[in-house]
Amino acid sequence: MIAETGHYALILALGVAIVQTVLPLWGTRRHDPQLMVIAVPAAQMQLLLIAISFSALMTAYVTSDFSVENVWRNSAVAKPLIYKIAGVWGNHEGSMVLWVLILALFGAAVATFGSNLPKELQANVLAVQGSIAAAFLLFIVTTSNPFVRLDPAPFDGQGLNPVLQDPALAFHPPFLYTGYVGFSMAFSFAIAALIDGRIDAAWARWVRPWTLAAWMCLTLGIAMGSWWAYYELGWGGFWFWDPVENASFMPWLAGTALLHSALVMEKRDALKVWTVLLAIITFSLSLMGTFLVRSGVLTSVHAFAVDPARGIFILAIMGVFIGGALTLFALRAPRLAQGGLFAPISREGSLVLNNLLLTTAWAAVFVGTLYPLALESITGEKISVGPPFFNFTFGPLIVPLLIAVPFGPMLAWKRGDIVAAAQRLMAAGILALIATVAVLASQQRGPWLAPFGIGLGIWLIGGALSEVAFRVKLFDGSWPEAARRLAYLPRAAYGSMLAHAGLGIVVIGIVATTAWRSESILALKPKETADIAGYQLTFEGVVPREGPNYRERVGLFKVTRDGQQVTELEPSKREFTVERSATTDAGIHASWRGDLYAVLGDQLKDGAYSVRLYFNPLVRLIWLGAVVIFIAGGLSLSDRRLRVGAPKRARAPNQNLTAAK
Amino acid sequence: MTRKQRRAVLIGTCLGVLALAVALVLVALHDSIVFFYTPSDVAEKHLNSSQRFRLGGLVEDGSLKRGEGTTVSFVVTDKRATLPVTYTGVLPDLFREGQGVVAEGSLETDGVFHADSVLAKHDENYMPPEVAKKLKELGVWRGEAQAGAPQGTGKVN
Repeated sequence: MIAETGHYALILALGVAIVQTVLPLWGTRRHDPQLMVIAVPAAQMQLLLIAISFSALMTAYVTSDFSVENVWRNSAVAKPLIYKIAGVWGNHEGSMVLWVLILALFGAAVATFGSNLPKELQANVLAVQGSIAAAFLLFIVTTSNPFVRLDPAPFDGQGLNPVLQDPALAFHPPFLYTGYVGFSMAFSFAIAALIDGRIDAAWARWVRPWTLAAWMCLTLGIAMGSWWAYYELGWGGFWFWDPVENASFMPWLAGTALLHSALVMEKRDALKVWTVLLAIITFSLSLMGTFLVRSGVLTSVHAFAVDPARGIFILAIMGVFIGGALTLFALRAPRLAQGGLFAPISREGSLVLNNLLLTTAWAAVFVGTLYPLALESITGEKISVGPPFFNFTFGPLIVPLLIAVPFGPMLAWKRGDIVAAAQRLMAAGILALIATVAVLASQQRGPWLAPFGIGLGIWLIGGALSEVAFRVKLFDGSWPEAARRLAYLPRAAYGSMLAHAGLGIVVIGIVATTAWRSESILALKPKETADIAGYQLTFEGVVPREGPNYRERVGLFKVTRDGQQVTELEPSKREFTVERSATTDAGIHASWRGDLYAVLGDQLKDGAYSVRLYFNPLVRLIWLGAVVIFIAGGLSLSDRRLRVGAPKRARAPNQNLTAAK
Repeated sequence: MTRKQRRAVLIGTCLGVLALAVALVLVALHDSIVFFYTPSDVAEKHLNSSQRFRLGGLVEDGSLKRGEGTTVSFVVTDKRATLPVTYTGVLPDLFREGQGVVAEGSLETDGVFHADSVLAKHDENYMPPEVAKKLKELGVWRGEAQAGAPQGTGKVN
């Protein structure tokens, strides 16, 4: 009964989504406010219905109702509760329901808190949101119904793919989807503006918080995915330039560009057409990400859908939305008034440079990701484009951007003074230089570029600190005066500084672990010792163990450093009984210097085991930096100036929230 | 600066960066892509020893041998031709005889494919799509059910 309710709610939601699309659009054409306002309750209703559907699926999972085929395929009685819950989105059908749920959440948020939006804009935005929801709901209902019943119901399910049974991965999809789907807000606003043929600074003020929220969730989602790949796949790397990773990275790059161009538009009323185009591109890349990972075009852990009909359906959705949006853009963009002149050396100029480099960077990633697919479909030749391609193309495009980052905030709007900016950044520059020289002197091995990479990271962090110092006039006035200014600095300013510093932390982590990692693969017999990066690992042997839904063979390693016991590592190989599949669980010892990482391999001829050992210096900084960026986004989002929707209204959306309670 | 000059600077920078990007992409596409071959392709193509490629096929039953230390050797087959492979390192969890495998490396003068990475994919019925496709082309495909596993673990390498 619960499953049927869920299914029914989903179909009703489809109906509501169609109403939400058609009537408000018609209303704005005819300037009929009564038709326009239908969008608001429709969006709220849609959230309610999809939430009912999602809860129904969740209930089926938690209660292990194997009469639902989806549950039977992806769950099992013995699976821990958290993975029963995560199992809801650990498969194609359920993940699509999560997708539309998040979409409905965003839509309902605009409906509920967007009362200070111009009525026509709100109606158009909700109509576009409704059309996206309708397309995806139709997709779910016709090709990916999660509520299909099995009769008779089996006693136990087939379980979830063991590599997905992991805490970081349990929350990776919701964050990633919030990012992907959140960009639909920017898209809907862009389309609404194009339909209206009008766009102004208030538009950017409205779009920015949504983009920011989506972007910070995407950042965290990508970081979680990378963190998971790092310790679960037992390969010791944090990023593989796998097409699936690229699929999430491209919207991130475009979204980062969008955040910055929306800033120009909000503050200076310039770059309007470009911002609209970028909003369309960002969401298009999100759709493409969904298509790539969900269609089975790429083989990966995400390729749930082997049914070609689904791939074609998503391709059709993509075609309609991207093609339609770009056509509308081509027709209407010339009508949008341009404004806001600026000199090349100015805050705007620096943000244009940011956009230019980010856009070309994602284009390079785009080519590398799609070229093999295109080549195969045209010539039938199979190739793979691996990390060398991306390192070679992405690196030279992103490094100039990273060097330029600290300059941007130091330049004034309209016309900046590059010499003055350089003077303000003198301290950061010297600091970066010292760091480079120090690393050059202390590290004999590794590529010669690496110390400059560390310097670049320090430069970014130093640049962010210099910006604080400059803004509070640290060296011009008295200390209490500076402290007072510090307290009154807007949170958005803190947010951008912290985000840039977080970027610096990520850069240091990536450079250090790529340049100076040690790796050794050896055959170890019990009681033998291996040396890596100053640690001595003594192999104590292998013992069997039982987990909740798996059996494992655990390798025991005693780790010492300079004769002192440091820790014990227990890398294991897990056999999942229900799923009849195996995973590798790395043993990791984390410290500030870096991670000691051990993987247990197969048993060899003479009682030895193959063992893979890594030392990844400073690798934690990558994820620490991502968390810093996430926090920075939150800080910025909590800024009062961002919360204020339209300029002339005194009431902020957040106050509406409190009032609604 | 006049409006015209500003525009010229903007367009100039854009074109410059674009040209750089295009050049980088073209050079990288020329140098760093890796082709995918089956043992039959290798037999036909007379590849020179420095060329890196991906070898795909099935691990021949009974061919896995452990050598010194962590070195292993096995034979990859596409049911028409075979190619011996040697690899030093830890084999992935899902590496089994009789199942699909993709190895990346180069063919050396000793006629052995020296792999530096080995990817095996999930599930006893699962086969990497590259392999499945080639096997289909060669007419040794044994039905859709073989690729029916819903979830392949992509990055298990």
